[in-house]
Amino acid sequence: MTSQPSLVMFAIFVGFTLVVTGWASGQSRTSRGFYAADRRIGGLQNGWAIAGDYVSAATFLGITGLVAFYGFDGFMYSVGWLVAYLAVLFLVAEPLRNTGKYTLADLMSFRLRGRGVRAIAAVSTLAITLFYLIAQMVGVGAIVNLLLPRFTDVVGIVVVGVLMLVYVLFGGMLATTWVQIIKAGLLLVTSIALTILAVRHFNFSLPAFFSAAASVSNGTGTSNLLQPGLLFHGPIGAWNLISLGLALVLGTAGLPHILIRFFTVPSAKAARTSVAWAMVLVGVFYLATSFMGLGAATIVGKDHIGRRMYAGQAIAHIARHPAQQSALNAQLRSQGYIVPKVDSNLAAPLLASAVGGSLLTAFVAAVAFATILAVVAGLTLTASSAFAHDIWFSLVRAGRADETEYLFVARAAALTVGALAIALSIALRGFNVAFLVGLAFAVAASANVPVILLALSWRRFSRLGAIAGMLAGLISSLALIAASPVVLGDRALFPLENPGIVSIPAGFIGAVLGTLLARDRESEAMFDQLQVRATTGLGAEV
Amino acid sequence: MDRAKQPRWQSLAAEPEFRALLRSRRRFVVPATIFFIVYYLALPIAAGFWPQPMSRPLLGPLTVAYCFALSQFVMAWILLALYLYRARQFDLAAARIRRRETREVLETQ
Repeated sequence: MTSQPSLVMFAIFVGFTLVVTGWASGQSRTSRGFYAADRRIGGLQNGWAIAGDYVSAATFLGITGLVAFYGFDGFMYSVGWLVAYLAVLFLVAEPLRNTGKYTLADLMSFRLRGRGVRAIAAVSTLAITLFYLIAQMVGVGAIVNLLLPRFTDVVGIVVVGVLMLVYVLFGGMLATTWVQIIKAGLLLVTSIALTILAVRHFNFSLPAFFSAAASVSNGTGTSNLLQPGLLFHGPIGAWNLISLGLALVLGTAGLPHILIRFFTVPSAKAARTSVAWAMVLVGVFYLATSFMGLGAATIVGKDHIGRRMYAGQAIAHIARHPAQQSALNAQLRSQGYIVPKVDSNLAAPLLASAVGGSLLTAFVAAVAFATILAVVAGLTLTASSAFAHDIWFSLVRAGRADETEYLFVARAAALTVGALAIALSIALRGFNVAFLVGLAFAVAASANVPVILLALSWRRFSRLGAIAGMLAGLISSLALIAASPVVLGDRALFPLENPGIVSIPAGFIGAVLGTLLARDRESEAMFDQLQVRATTGLGAEV
Repeated sequence: MDRAKQPRWQSLAAEPEFRALLRSRRRFVVPATIFFIVYYLALPIAAGFWPQPMSRPLLGPLTVAYCFALSQFVMAWILLALYLYRARQFDLAAARIRRRETREVLETQ
């Protein structure tokens, strides 16, 4: 794989997005502009931007690879992540737009006034966002190594980190939104092109395509990628699948970097329109993951994908010296690196190479970079808003800061988050951090979703209930991940890889028990106002 | 909105027109949410506990499980379309309440 064409294409993307950033930086000098693009993004644009924020490199490269290796079981991720938008559509998007200002904590602390709820909501936002951010940035290192072997992963992480900070610091939400839109367009075009090329390989015969996927050579025999159980099997496998499914389908409704996108549109109606567009775009993309993954398995071959797949620093070396692979892995393991058995991130680029030649591969590699860059920018903006709006403006300064101070703190927070993410990603490179994305979904589903739903629907719900619910969800999901096979391997104390099936009910139970302990008349009195505002849009932020 | 122009939230919440809007929204959202969660969770439960019957080919080489997974896309898009259709009525009702309320607040100034 030559790196020249992908470098050129990536440079074009960067140049174009920097022009957009320059334009955006002249548009607004207020906190409302920085965090909410002055609420002037249209529903259609926001739908594309949500799709861009949602479909990270982990999805594009990761899910395609999971489908290539495990067929149906990998496709389960795609299904869950699309259906999850129904929860956003029915329950969260419109009330959030009608009652919030800049952050998820705004919705929770609308009737649950006081410092406690907002502080914990901000902490949970920061935790979720940071997990997500590190997972994406470490992925940069692996992809740089695979696709541009001349560069080290540190160079890749630093370049992505600095570029993302330029978008966020100078262009704020407006630039970040347009970077997402451009990237979502590129990604969708790429996925559709790969799908068409994969099916063309079978002379546009879908029966032939799926028949090939039903008998893929796995070295010793053939496996049917269309049947369940290749990744999750046995009684524990079933519970793993259900627990994962629960976290996927509820987690999106609590993901801060998706939810803050609803503050960028002018009305609840536009928020709804943007979910609708996002569901169409994301749905088409996820259908394409099925074709790209199965296509990679049948056309490229699983063995071939597997041979090229090792994380961290070993990748570039192995690509050049395949014979040293096993010796190198043993050496890496002895140095404390986690060497994944099969890391399938290269399925999409390899499919491109098999069906489209080197130019298409270069394009796919450049799109993968653009994807990471855009998602990382959105995440940094989210973390910065949780810090500046929730912790600094609302808690430390109790709402008394002026615009100049607000913007300064927002930019300083973005810079800090970005620097922290770069440093942590360099420190963690070479570790398999894929579980961090799953963790982010589990924490979002367990800590945020119960509190959002109960705050919107239960009159009696109290501040103590919100705090207990968020803490129960946050602590149980973190603790169960720490005790799971993903972290402890064979010595795991908790049998499932995803904590959702325990930690989501824990979040709900914590919230209900905390509420039943003591009445909170002040929060109950605010329920009428919340309901009227959430439903009618009266008094919504403009 | 400054404090002097705040609508009367509590009396508004009790008004029949608002209660009717709330009820018709709930009448759609609650069953639809229960339906999609049950329909979705049926997939991992069936695939996890009954892998054999789910592995039978249904449409050519496509297994029962894969067809069920693809049907989730159709289900999600149909529920989306139904909600967008119903939401037009919710919007009209919400706009009526907003218009009347803003007028009353201005008149009492």
